[in-house]
Amino acid sequence: MSAVADRYADLQELGVEVISVSVDSHFVHKMWNDHELTKMVDGGVPFHMASDQAGNIGRAYGVWDEDQGIELRGRFIIDPDGVIQAMEVLTPPVGRRIDETIRQIQAYQLVRASEGSEATPAGWMPGDVTLKPGPDLVGNVWKVWNPSMEK
Amino acid sequence: MRAVESLGSGVSTKGMTMAEETVGCGRVTGTVGGDTPAEGQPPETTTSQEVHVGVTVGQQAPDFKAPAYYQGGFTQVSLSDFAGKWVLLCFYPGDFTFV
Repeated sequence: MSAVADRYADLQELGVEVISVSVDSHFVHKMWNDHELTKMVDGGVPFHMASDQAGNIGRAYGVWDEDQGIELRGRFIIDPDGVIQAMEVLTPPVGRRIDETIRQIQAYQLVRASEGSEATPAGWMPGDVTLKPGPDLVGNVWKVWNPSMEK
Repeated sequence: MRAVESLGSGVSTKGMTMAEETVGCGRVTGTVGGDTPAEGQPPETTTSQEVHVGVTVGQQAPDFKAPAYYQGGFTQVSLSDFAGKWVLLCFYPGDFTFV
């Protein structure tokens, strides 16, 4: 979570709020924040660290691991209408990449701002060309985009 | 999230007055939708087969309410507190784990 906390300012700039959830109590969250995370990120975790000891929220989101009694590493991008636009679920040993999360948020924000008239091709980064889906684009994507453009 | 749209957009957390929670001894947990937490009760342990519930993209995110640690204090947080904003919701296996 320190990786997300470290990029909280960037997320706030994009108008994104963060909530983290685990089965630990909020008391343990405090201890983890005070004794470890503050040593990794200036000021510690700036967002709500929610506690879901019975796994109710995890079950609702499909990230509850019944055998271990924990929540899997699930990451959900939720838009201002409360709709889940993206999700990624990893088993515990592999961490997320916050850069990719931010890239996806930027892409979804662009799509939303264009009211769906634009789409982002594979590997899209802010500033790169977008696609404008429509009859003229069918069979013609090659004219505006190809895989070598993906950095 | 539906029920909370009346909150409108632009709900800011900046300067949000944090309702301080009374710190009790009961084991607390998060609840989904309008469920009431069984205060002080241990979480239900079940040996029955897991019923797979989950969400997928394009669906409304289930609202929830949970006790939280936030900027030095204990409070409650709901997904619907941030109606009208983009939200990054991150689950992780546990505090003090290595990844």
